[in-house]
Amino acid sequence: MVSVTLRVRRQVAGEGRWQVYKVEAASEKATVLDLLLKVKEEQDPTLALRYSCRMAICGSCGMVINGRPMLACQTKLSDLGSTDISVEPMWNYPVVKDLVTDMGEFFDKHRRVKPYMLRREEEIFEGGDEFRQRPEDVERYLDFAYCIFCGLCYSACPRVAENPEFLGPQALGQAARWIFDSRDRGAQERMRIVDGEDGLWSCHYIGSCSEVCPRGVEPAFAIQLLKMRAMRP
Amino acid sequence: MDLYKYDVVIVGSGIAGLRAALQAAWTGRGRLSIAILTKVHAMRSHSVSAEGGMSAVLYPDKTGDSLDLHAYDTVKGSDFLADQDAVELLVRLAPEEVRLLDRLGVPWTREPDGRIAQRPFGGMTIPRTTFAADKTGFFIMSTLYNNVLRFDKVHIYHEHFVTKVVIENGEFRGVVALDLKTGELRAFRAKAGILAAGGSGRMYRLTTMAHSSTGEIYGFALREGLPLKDMEFVQFHPTALVPSGILISEAARGEGGYLVNREGERFMQRYAPQRMELAPRDIISRAIVTEIMEGRGLTDPESGMGHVLLDLRHLGERKLNERIPFIRELAIKYVGVDPLKEPIPVRPAVHYIMGGIHTDTYGRVLDVGGNWVRGLWAAGEVASVSVHGANRLGSNSLSECAVWGRLTGEEAAKYSMGLAEPTIDESFRESVKAEEKRIYDGLLHSEGGTVSVYEVRRRMQDIMEDHVGIFRHGSQLGEAAAMLKRLREEARSMRLDDRGKAYNQNLRDLLEVDGMLDAVMAVVAGAYARTESRGAHYRTDYSKRDDANWLKHTLAYMRGGSLELAYVPVRITKWQPEERKY
Ligand SMILES: Cc1cc2nc3c(=O)[nH]c(=O)nc-3n(C[C@H](O)[C@H](O)[C@H](O)COP(=O)(O)OP(=O)(O)OC[C@H]3O[C@@H](n4cnc5c(N)ncnc54)[C@H](O)[C@@H]3O)c2cc1C
Ligand code: SF4
Ligand code: FES
Repeated sequence: MVSVTLRVRRQVAGEGRWQVYKVEAASEKATVLDLLLKVKEEQDPTLALRYSCRMAICGSCGMVINGRPMLACQTKLSDLGSTDISVEPMWNYPVVKDLVTDMGEFFDKHRRVKPYMLRREEEIFEGGDEFRQRPEDVERYLDFAYCIFCGLCYSACPRVAENPEFLGPQALGQAARWIFDSRDRGAQERMRIVDGEDGLWSCHYIGSCSEVCPRGVEPAFAIQLLKMRAMRP
Repeated sequence: MDLYKYDVVIVGSGIAGLRAALQAAWTGRGRLSIAILTKVHAMRSHSVSAEGGMSAVLYPDKTGDSLDLHAYDTVKGSDFLADQDAVELLVRLAPEEVRLLDRLGVPWTREPDGRIAQRPFGGMTIPRTTFAADKTGFFIMSTLYNNVLRFDKVHIYHEHFVTKVVIENGEFRGVVALDLKTGELRAFRAKAGILAAGGSGRMYRLTTMAHSSTGEIYGFALREGLPLKDMEFVQFHPTALVPSGILISEAARGEGGYLVNREGERFMQRYAPQRMELAPRDIISRAIVTEIMEGRGLTDPESGMGHVLLDLRHLGERKLNERIPFIRELAIKYVGVDPLKEPIPVRPAVHYIMGGIHTDTYGRVLDVGGNWVRGLWAAGEVASVSVHGANRLGSNSLSECAVWGRLTGEEAAKYSMGLAEPTIDESFRESVKAEEKRIYDGLLHSEGGTVSVYEVRRRMQDIMEDHVGIFRHGSQLGEAAAMLKRLREEARSMRLDDRGKAYNQNLRDLLEVDGMLDAVMAVVAGAYARTESRGAHYRTDYSKRDDANWLKHTLAYMRGGSLELAYVPVRITKWQPEERKY
C-alpha cells in the first residue's frame, strides 16, 4: 500500500478551490485515474471528471497533473515519482465542473479544417472498389492519424492562450493528416482555410504541443510541413 | 423541458451509431435531420478500444477464401445458434464495408502492392481479418466521426444520457435525454430511431470493456416491454491483462503468440490440438480457467488473481512493432512487462455480450410476438440479430457494427422520408412529463436515499463474477437470481450525494446502475433456464449441447414487473448442426 495525497482543483459555477484527499493505492502501478475514481466511489461522489477506456485511447481523461497536461489513465504513481499529486482541469478551456472542461470550441475548430475525405461524394459512397495505397503512402500521414482528440496539445499551447482565435495544434495537425493522404483531393481547399493569421502563422514553433501529445502525433512538425507547403511557389 | 424534432435519432456514437448516421445522411442526400445522442463525447465511445481487426472476404481469387467459408466458420463458432440468413448477409456486405471505409479514409495496413493486408484470427480458417495496426477500432471510429462532420444536418449531442425510449402503441416516438453539462432534460421527438448503445461488460468485476460500457439501455428496453434475446451468452476474452482487465488483442495469437502454463507447456494442445491458440474464445477461456483451477496457473502477487502467460518473445522486435505495437505499449505501460523480453500475465475477462435487443435480420426491433415496433431499429453490440449465436468470433463484431449500421441507417432514412413531420401530441407530452418527474422529483430532489450507488454496483459485479461466470451451475445461478432480486429492492433507495445540476456524474452513475440491475436479471434468468452447454454458456451440471431441446433463442421480457422467458427458433439455411471440434 502507498499513501497518496491528492490535491484536486474543484470548481462549480465559477468558484474555484483546492480540496485535499488522502487515498491508499494498491501499489506504485496505480494510475491517477485509479486514485480519482477511488475518491469518487469511497469518499466524495460529487467529484466530476471524464474517463472511459482507461487504456489511453479514448482521449477522455486529459488534465493537468503536477503542472503538466497528461492523460490520467496512463500516468502511474511510479511515473510521477511522488505521492503528493495535484490535479487541475486542462488549461485553455472553460471549466464545466471540477476536472471537466468545455471542449465545444475545440471540436468546432477541428471541424473547420474539413477533416474528411474530400473527393466526389458519389465516388466515395457508391464507388465499390477501394482506393489503393502503398505502405509508403500510408506512412506519409499515419502518425498524424493517431490523434485521439484528447485536447492536451491545445491545453499546453501558449499561443492558444494569447490568441483564442488560433485554430490550434490539433486542428492544424488534422488538416495535415488529410492533406498528406494520397486518396484525398482537398489539399488546396484545406490550405486556403489554414493559411492565415489565425491558422498556421499563429504558430511560433514553441513545440509544447508535440511534447505533451500522448500519441506521438507531433502537431508542431505537421504545422511546419504545412508552412513549407504554403510557401511553395 | 426543451423539445426537439428530428427525422432520425440515433442513440450511441460507436461504430454502429456513426455508420448508421453516415448512411442515413447519404441516403437522404444531406436533407434529413439526424440527431446522434451519446453519453460521452462522440469520439470517446468504447469502439475506439477495438484492436485486432474486422473480418471480410476481400480477395477470394488470391486467397482461396469464399463467402460460404466465412459464413460456415461463423456458424460453427456460434455453436449453431446464429441465424444463418443473418450470417449470410454479414459476410456478403462486410467486404463492401471494408472498401467503403477505405474510401472514407481508414489507414488500413497494406501489402506492398497496395492491397489491404489480412491476418489470421481465432476460429477463422483463412486469414481474413483486415486491420489498421492494432488500433483498428480507433481508426474506424475517427474516420467515421470525421466523415459525419461533412453533413451539416447531422447534429451530435455529446454527453446526452438517454434515460428513456418512448414507445406508444407499438410505435417509436422519441427519447428523453439528460444533458450532462447543464443538467437539463431534453425530449427528442423523431420519426425513426436507431439504438446503438453498445455492450455492458461493466455488469462484471473484470472486463476488457470501457467504464462507459454499462448497458442500462438493455434495462430501459425491458421497461418498455421490449424483449432481450440470448442474454445468457456472455463472451470471456481469454487474454486480459492482470489485474486491470485491459485487453491483449487476439491479434497477438493471430501473429503467432503462445499460451503457456506455469510448467511452460503450450496447454492448448490438450484442448484444441488442431487450432491451438487460435481456437474460438469460449474454448480457450475454459482451458485457461481449468489450468488455473488444477494448479497449473500462476498467481499475481498484488491482486491474488490466477493467470497464465502469453509468450510473444519469439515474434521478434520487428513484428511486435509493426503489427502489434499497441499490445507492446499496453504491457509495458500497465504491467511493466516488455513482451519482447518476458511473457505477459493474462486471464479471461468479460469482453462481449452476444445477446441484446431482439431484432429481425434487418435490425428491426421486434416485440415478443415478433411484430416490428414501427420506426425502431437496433444495431451493433446492443442488438442481437443474431450473427454471433452462442459465441462470437473475433473481428466479426466490427463487421457487424458496420453492416447493420449501414442497413439500419438506410432503412430508417427511407422510412422517415415517407412520413409527414412528426407531431408532439398530448400523450408524448405526458410521457415526457412523467420522465421529468421521475428524474427531478424522484431522484434529484428526493431526500432519504441510503445505500451508495457504488456499493450497489460493486455487489452486483461480485454476484455476476462469482456466480454467472465461465463455468456455471444451476444452484449458483439460482442463488444469484435471489441475491440480485434483493439487491434490486435495496437499490430502490440508492443515495444521491450530488444534488447539483452541472455535470452531475453521481446522478449518471445512479441511472446506469438502476438500468443495469434490470438487465443482469435477463442474463441470470436465461442462464438458469438453459439446461445445456453451448458456446460461451457452460453448465457444469449439463455439460453437453442439447439440440433436441435447446436449439432456440431465449427471449426475456417484463410482464407486470416480473421477468418472463419465451423462445423462438433458430433460422437455419445451409448448415445443419454438427459436433464442434477444433
Ligand atoms: C478491448 C476490446 C477490443 C475489441 N476488439 C475487437 C476487434 O478487434 N474486432 C472486433 O470485431 N470486435 C472487437 N471488440 C468488440 C467491439 O469493439 C464492440 O463490439 C463494438 O465496438 C461495439 O460497437 P457499438 O457501436 O455497438 O457500441 P460502442 O462503441 O460500445 O458504443 C456505444 C455507444 O452508446 C452510447 N450510449 C450507451 N448508453 C447510452 C445512454 N444511456 N445514453 C446515450 N448514449 C449511450 C455510448 O456513449 C457510445 O457512444 C472489442 C471489444 C473490446 C472490449
Ligand atoms: S494531437 Fe495529440 S495532444 Fe493533440 S488532441 Fe491529438 S492526440 Fe491529443
Ligand atoms: S480514460 Fe480513455 S484516454 Fe484515459
